[in-house]
Amino acid sequence: MPVTVARSLDDALSALEEHPNALILAGGTDVMVEVNKGTRPVEQVISIGRVPELQDWEHEGDWLHLGAAVTYTELMGEELSSLVPALAQAARTVGSPQIRNAGTIGGNLGTSSPAGDTLPALFALNAILTIRSKTTVKEVPIDEFITGVKSNSLNPGELIEKIRVPVLEGPQEFCKIGPRNAMVISVASFTLLTDHQEKQVKSCLGTVGPVPIRPTEAEDFISGEVNWEQNTVRPEVLDNFAALCSSAARPIDDHRGSAAYRRHAIRVLSRRAASRVFSEEIS
Amino acid sequence: MSNDFYTLKVNGENHQVLDAWTGESLLWVLRERLGFPGAKNACEEGECGSCSVRIDEEIVCSCLVLAGSAIDQEITTIEGLAPEGELGDVQQAFIEAGAVQCGFCTPGLLVTIDHLLEENQNPDDLTVREAISGNLCRCTGYGRILEAVQIAAASRRGENHE
Amino acid sequence: MSDLKTETPVSGPRIGESAPRPDGVPKVNGSFAFSSDLWHKNMLWGGTLRSPFPSARITRLDITEALLIDGVQAVLTHEDVPGQNLYGLEHADQPVMAEEIIRYEGEPVAIVAADHPEIVRRALNAIQVEYEEMAPLTDPELAEETDFIHPDGNLIRRINLRHGDQEVQGEIQVEGIYEVGMQDQAFLGPESGLAVPGEDGGVDLYISTQWLHADRSQVASCLGLEEERVRITLAGVGGAFGAREDLSLHVHLCMLAMRTNRAVKMIYSREESFHGHVHRHPAKMWYRHHADSKGNLLRVEAKVLLDGGAYASSSGAVIANATCFAAGPYRIPSADIEGVVVRTNNPPCGAMRGFGAVQTCVGHEAQMDKLARALNMDPVEIRIKNALKPGDKLLTGQTITGTAPVAEVIQTCAEHTSTCQESTDPMSLPGGAGRTADPEHISRGEAIAVGFKNLMFSEGFDDFSSALCQLENGVATITCACAEVGQGFVTLAQQITREILGVEEVILAPAATQTVGSAGSTSASRQTWMSGGAVQKACEEVRVKLLEKLAVEHQVDIDNLVLVDGQVTSLNEDFTISLEEATSEPLEARVEYRHAPTFPLDENGQGDAHVSFAFSAHKAVVDVDPELGLVKVVELITSQDVGRLLNPLQAVGQLEGGAAQGLGLAVMEEVLVTEGNIRNASFTDYLIPTALDMPPVEIAAIIEQPEPGAPFGAKGIGEPPSISSTAAVVAAIREATNLELPRVPVRFTDIVSVEED
Repeated sequence: MPVTVARSLDDALSALEEHPNALILAGGTDVMVEVNKGTRPVEQVISIGRVPELQDWEHEGDWLHLGAAVTYTELMGEELSSLVPALAQAARTVGSPQIRNAGTIGGNLGTSSPAGDTLPALFALNAILTIRSKTTVKEVPIDEFITGVKSNSLNPGELIEKIRVPVLEGPQEFCKIGPRNAMVISVASFTLLTDHQEKQVKSCLGTVGPVPIRPTEAEDFISGEVNWEQNTVRPEVLDNFAALCSSAARPIDDHRGSAAYRRHAIRVLSRRAASRVFSEEIS
Repeated sequence: MSNDFYTLKVNGENHQVLDAWTGESLLWVLRERLGFPGAKNACEEGECGSCSVRIDEEIVCSCLVLAGSAIDQEITTIEGLAPEGELGDVQQAFIEAGAVQCGFCTPGLLVTIDHLLEENQNPDDLTVREAISGNLCRCTGYGRILEAVQIAAASRRGENHE
Repeated sequence: MSDLKTETPVSGPRIGESAPRPDGVPKVNGSFAFSSDLWHKNMLWGGTLRSPFPSARITRLDITEALLIDGVQAVLTHEDVPGQNLYGLEHADQPVMAEEIIRYEGEPVAIVAADHPEIVRRALNAIQVEYEEMAPLTDPELAEETDFIHPDGNLIRRINLRHGDQEVQGEIQVEGIYEVGMQDQAFLGPESGLAVPGEDGGVDLYISTQWLHADRSQVASCLGLEEERVRITLAGVGGAFGAREDLSLHVHLCMLAMRTNRAVKMIYSREESFHGHVHRHPAKMWYRHHADSKGNLLRVEAKVLLDGGAYASSSGAVIANATCFAAGPYRIPSADIEGVVVRTNNPPCGAMRGFGAVQTCVGHEAQMDKLARALNMDPVEIRIKNALKPGDKLLTGQTITGTAPVAEVIQTCAEHTSTCQESTDPMSLPGGAGRTADPEHISRGEAIAVGFKNLMFSEGFDDFSSALCQLENGVATITCACAEVGQGFVTLAQQITREILGVEEVILAPAATQTVGSAGSTSASRQTWMSGGAVQKACEEVRVKLLEKLAVEHQVDIDNLVLVDGQVTSLNEDFTISLEEATSEPLEARVEYRHAPTFPLDENGQGDAHVSFAFSAHKAVVDVDPELGLVKVVELITSQDVGRLLNPLQAVGQLEGGAAQGLGLAVMEEVLVTEGNIRNASFTDYLIPTALDMPPVEIAAIIEQPEPGAPFGAKGIGEPPSISSTAAVVAAIREATNLELPRVPVRFTDIVSVEED
């Protein structure tokens, strides 16, 4: 059969061993667009959307393990949105309800688009991917997994099994710009996480570079300036943070937005996101 | 092309799909092989919702489902929304409220709204708007569609819509 | 809108009632057959190979390998076009398939029929074409000074309209340059159809279109067939909005069916659809308005330049509208308007809802606001002060003899106060689900705009519609070739028939070329008047025939007979006969209906070129995030001149739907064209409003002043909603931001000034 509908992880891995270059189909929301256009050849297909091990998620101590076939709709659900709010907020901006019902977090990673909506949150969380083949298993940090525009380090015969992210204590924010109020591809996005235990701010810029960008200088700067007891910052810290985030962006001009606008947007979004999370000290 | 066949369960009945090309979408197979043209082909990239069908408990774009991967699932199309010769409450409300113009987006919207009302019989305006934000309509500006949703919701709650 | 509920009176809804659509049930249960739903035994699939270049010379075209693919049944090129390889609505200037020269990206080069769409795709890939690329002409401002890109030249039409005293100067003058981007109709049902070869050597074509008979004459000429041998039947139409006035796949389908002697079906993908139909003309407009110190308009000068793209389509009529209505529904004694539409290697442009009046409304309404500011006057006051009224002259010198409730639409719209609250849920703020803004980032603006246009075809065109009414056993059957594209003519046809014949059951025969004469185009807000008029006239004739027959049979005076509620009663002879009984022998009438004649514009753009006009006003309330350039339209309020309301529910649908398209043009919709290439030919990147973008539309007033000469006094209502809505939204954004915003759609970077990297 040209289409294998895997019912267990082992099913999927065996099929993949037999057809290492098979098209791996999770929700289909990216792949099928290309199939319909005729730009993606279809010979062998392995559908992994209904593999129970991949559809599950588990909260274990400080970690959340998300199966690769967890859908965006599930990410938006009550439990997951309380554990990883930024990821849930990002998931809510993906396409339409129909897309969110089908599309998966593993698919977002597999496509590795610079505009992938959940990727910045996963970068900010330092997500660790479990990559498995019939005979091997390895853990790969997300910034080593995604290697460029629509490219990643997945080898033939491998699939993404799960994604491990820390459950942090502290508010999180995700904002995304698009020219329409729903169902829109990101022009620029910004993710901000707070880790009150480590007294750290983690953030990530989306759609302003070939891969999501961690503005490390900005993160270090603001982490050192926050009054973690009061959860406040001075207004000029917000301004500087925003400027540092903006200068970390490496945007391009395309038909969805100019590089200059994207850089500007990052400055505005980063300041707004930070001011939602921290109160401004009155000087 | 492949000589294999697979079986899809559509609106409660099994249908064999023979001699299909592997890359065919569920939308195409429903429309062109199985005689269910109700789901519509407006973009074939998941951006319009005209092809919305229900698979098990979820509404999805059938254009983005590889047909051969939808085996052993309950697929419900507009043709299965109400018993033959009858109209469901949302269908009735669409006619009553003037929510139908050209009608191309209508089947996708009906399948989507029927599912919404199954989960929430009292959705507020913003909830409805978000639920149908993936179903583009070019004729109506959505006003009568939103009205139809509230008529159908009231009827599911057993009330008369005012 | 609970007052608009459908009620079903005893004998079926008549004129003025919210009758339900006769195609409502099949449209909600999935059984309505759109042109993409058709199926024929042993049918083939068709496909089109298109040029990737906007300007090129074909140096080699080799179909050999494509023909060798198993399952390919035909590969055809321009050499196979049996008749004239040219078609067009106004001028036959567009090839069915390119011969040597490519004039726009997406121009058809070859067509294929095969057993399966995937084989079609492979065959298209196997056709070898070599192109010699040429520099495309893409700047309409350079078109007239560039070498001809078409034998017909680069100027499609120029109108120099001069009205009144040309020496007039106003004490107050305001000037502005405005631009409108290229909008797509974005109907949801892509071009599709089915052609079946006929036994007589002709062809049966089932298609979505706006004008069956105009299609037929063009298809017949390209196929080299007599018109009678091309039979076109309307299949279900998934929206139109102007994009189905021109031919698309019609001739291709017929050629493939006739060559293979098998039925052939073709469906455009969304990407192909962007290349397969004309768009709304992008416009560049310069205006200078003159007024006295009291705000009376004295003179308007304007230059309107439309980019027609590679082929003429209906550009000549679009520029006539843009020119005639360039200054809006105001009384202006002096004008100098130059309207020009040129040919370029950009995508061809033609009809779209509003047809030239949408673009100029953006310009003239911005000017009225500028003038109000210069005079320190209220924008509503200055509009009402100058509002056209019956008896006034248009810029064309034509006197308005019908109704013109311009002040009324402005006044009622302006007085209707907004009911919308401050938004707090991030989903209803600019940026929506993206959660980009908090309420403190938002600035609100509110503004009004007014627009108008002509109804029906103008400039001396022989505009008519045909209808056949048959009455038998108390059941009326109406045959009319009016294309139902979603607007609800089918509902009106039933209402009109019931109104006049008092029957309950009205059957609508399929719209087709072989059963009835032309109904003209479903465009220009014309079918309620024209095909409504034809149906009315046919029914009236049947009614008279019936009464005459009964008068003779019963030897009574015809004046004593009345037809009410399915019965004919003699007023003083005391007899009653049911329609069913009275029409056991069928009665029928076949009619043509024409509106009052119009006349061409003279060399100064003067003349009684139009029949009737419809007016609308919109007030928009918008929330803007000025720092990010994001906009959310929170409310639209509208008043419209409708003549007489024939179906309240359907009217609301037109007002809401038209406003949504206007909103789209104001804030998000643009076909992006760079060097002749469309960069966003998909619904991923060509964005139309979703339910989260479209606000509620409050109807402040539907002005009913019956239009003399119009059947039932009703004006067409389809286009005005998409004319003034765009201008109102952009004006409200100006109010919120204090920016000039001379261009629609308003983009992020029109609101935010960012330093280029």
